[in-house]
Amino acid sequence: MAILANEIDIDLVDRIIDRSGSDPEALIGILQDIQTEWHYLPLPALSHIADRLGIPYNRVWAVVTFYEAFTLEPLGKYHIQICTGTACHVRGVAEIVRALEDELMIETGHTTPDGEFSLECAHCLGACSMGPVIAVGDEFFGHLTRSKALEIIEELRKRSGVDLK
Amino acid sequence: MKITSPAKLRDTRNDLSGRQAEFSLTVTVCGGTGCRSSKSLAVFNAFNKELAKRGLSDSVRLIMSGCHGLCEKGPNVLIEPGSIYYCRVKPEWANEIVESTIQKGELIEKYMLIGLKTKESAGNQNGSQVHPYQVREILKNNGKIDPLDIGDYITHGGYESLSKALFELSPENVIEEIKKSRLRGRGGGGFPTGRKWESCRKIQADSKWVICNADEGDPGAFMDRSVLEGNPHVVIEGMIIGAYAVGAHGGRVYVRNEYPLAVHNLTVAIEQARKWGFIGENILGSGFNFDIRINRGGGAFVCGESTALMASLEGKPGEPRAKYIHTVEHGYRDEPTVLNNVETWANVPGIVLYGADKFRELGTEGSPGTKIFSLVGKINNSRLVEIPMGTTLRRLVEDIGGGVPNKKKVKAVQTGGPSGGCLPESLFDLQVDFDALTEAGSMMGSGGIIVMDEDTCMVDVAHYFIKFLVSESCGKCTPCREGLKEMDRILGKITKGEGESGDLNYLEELGEWMKAGSLCALGSSAPNPVLSTLNYFRDEYMMHIADNKCPAGVCKNLIEYHVIEKNCTGCTLCAKVCPTGAASGVTKQPHSIDTVLCIKCDECYKACKFEAIGK
Repeated sequence: MAILANEIDIDLVDRIIDRSGSDPEALIGILQDIQTEWHYLPLPALSHIADRLGIPYNRVWAVVTFYEAFTLEPLGKYHIQICTGTACHVRGVAEIVRALEDELMIETGHTTPDGEFSLECAHCLGACSMGPVIAVGDEFFGHLTRSKALEIIEELRKRSGVDLK
Repeated sequence: MKITSPAKLRDTRNDLSGRQAEFSLTVTVCGGTGCRSSKSLAVFNAFNKELAKRGLSDSVRLIMSGCHGLCEKGPNVLIEPGSIYYCRVKPEWANEIVESTIQKGELIEKYMLIGLKTKESAGNQNGSQVHPYQVREILKNNGKIDPLDIGDYITHGGYESLSKALFELSPENVIEEIKKSRLRGRGGGGFPTGRKWESCRKIQADSKWVICNADEGDPGAFMDRSVLEGNPHVVIEGMIIGAYAVGAHGGRVYVRNEYPLAVHNLTVAIEQARKWGFIGENILGSGFNFDIRINRGGGAFVCGESTALMASLEGKPGEPRAKYIHTVEHGYRDEPTVLNNVETWANVPGIVLYGADKFRELGTEGSPGTKIFSLVGKINNSRLVEIPMGTTLRRLVEDIGGGVPNKKKVKAVQTGGPSGGCLPESLFDLQVDFDALTEAGSMMGSGGIIVMDEDTCMVDVAHYFIKFLVSESCGKCTPCREGLKEMDRILGKITKGEGESGDLNYLEELGEWMKAGSLCALGSSAPNPVLSTLNYFRDEYMMHIADNKCPAGVCKNLIEYHVIEKNCTGCTLCAKVCPTGAASGVTKQPHSIDTVLCIKCDECYKACKFEAIGK
């Protein structure tokens, strides 16, 4: 435990828990703040939360695995959210998903081995007028076609200074 | 600066209105999610810079508002007075707009919305040109006020309704008025709000709760988000009035964490409301205490269900429980709880202030008032609309939405979210209200309307919703968990061309079984997408099974791309966009597609301007 705890800043976890008043009811909010900080949920943080809130570890685990928003896998530098809401679906987003999965050689919900990209399907990004649409961080790219989506990946790779080809 | 009495509220309003009158013009940049994603923040900054440069910052008020509703044309900029509406505004235009329109009072026609291109027709923003056929009651201040400024809300009559409720009406009077208005829950179920409140009022308890359900999980729906982002105080005011009516002192807003702007605007609004004395101890000097806390959701669709939402508020997995224990008696923390959604709460201040009779002037007998819809999908004008209940689907799709793009034929609309249903074009004269939609085999849901055209495969759409529900079912009860998986399997088979003759009857049988046996509304309405498409589009299912054909050209296993030679001009566009080199040919000669190389990505079909690609 001590070794694992060294991997993350436990003090920061404590500060997040303190902010919520160590209330078991605030568990979901605490996990969200942890994920905002690390972009995933590090396991040592989870056991620490269980200890601090005085609840069984399996309760924390149940919540983490129930809610779609939580991930135990570190997200990539570019976290790509593909909108798979109904409006984007009828406008053909399935083909964009396929193209990005093929290009990045990962399935949605995962991160490339080099840690550059992660793909996620979001149920609705609320930019239906631009569909099919993806968001990379705060940046939105709309009216996508297969080739436009692939150009965005190229662009992001250039930004990163990484040429994987 | 606490407001401690109704008189002080009126004084403050007069004072604020006076200060706003000092501005000669107001420029409102739309800050809804749609416009933000088309970079309206840059437009706002450009105007800010331009106004400062010309020394106009003190005479022209610049605000970033909530969603104006014209998402397709964003980023939108509204200039008042005069209701001059500029669309698809680019930051580079700020210079010209400030110089011509703001300084010289001239319209720049090329930037205006079609139909608004003369000064005479510019008219009122609430009038017929920008929002034809709409009646904007809930959204009337969206686009007018700065959601981060409580003063703006107060200037527009905000918290007057609360003042009336606290000082002129008893809690029973408030409930009576809500009952008389026949307001029904806008979250989907359509349960009479007044009855819910009355049941909760009657229960004796030390602690009661009011909850706002802002876990808008339907894909393609952004009504609640737009209200929270654009006018958070109207929801807060509704909740305080509701709390007063039922005797609650604690409030919770359960909002999607995926809505960062809504969370932010609501957080700021609650802080301001507390600072000004609208929530907290001794509200407006009335002796009534009430406070609100925000909880961010974990991204589970099932948490839209009231008991699941309450479990989630308690920090547990969002699993629903049996319905016979009523939440008005045993809800959040096992205490009496009233839960309504964002739009329902937003309706409350208007009903209390102007009366139930006024509210009932709009809408139908069984579903009075207006309803906000997000109109999206295969439609020319994706937008947020507010219409009186009883407006026909045809008016929505054709007159308000501007019909389907690219001269395609409209095929259906889907209402009610993932567990709603698909209604065919032949039913477009249906008057939209709670009962009419349910009768037609769909439901109101929270108000997402997704338009589909002839290129949409109804089997694929049904499969899409079922796949969504498979991943969102909490797994607690068997009919929903296993029924959905089985439906997913059968629909997968059909879309792959492996369907068998008994499949459709089996799907219907499964659907009835899920409706009857599921624990919560998510499970019992889950078969709706399948049952409604089977009801209205059975032929399309049959073509998949019997003929191995997908008439809409969506199901990959059942289509093969080919060039229709008589239409092909040899423009080479298909060859250019084809990622695998399957489409090829000589310039000005009919092209061809190599079916071995073809990955069926649909790029050539979308690119071709001569309808020369068949599938």
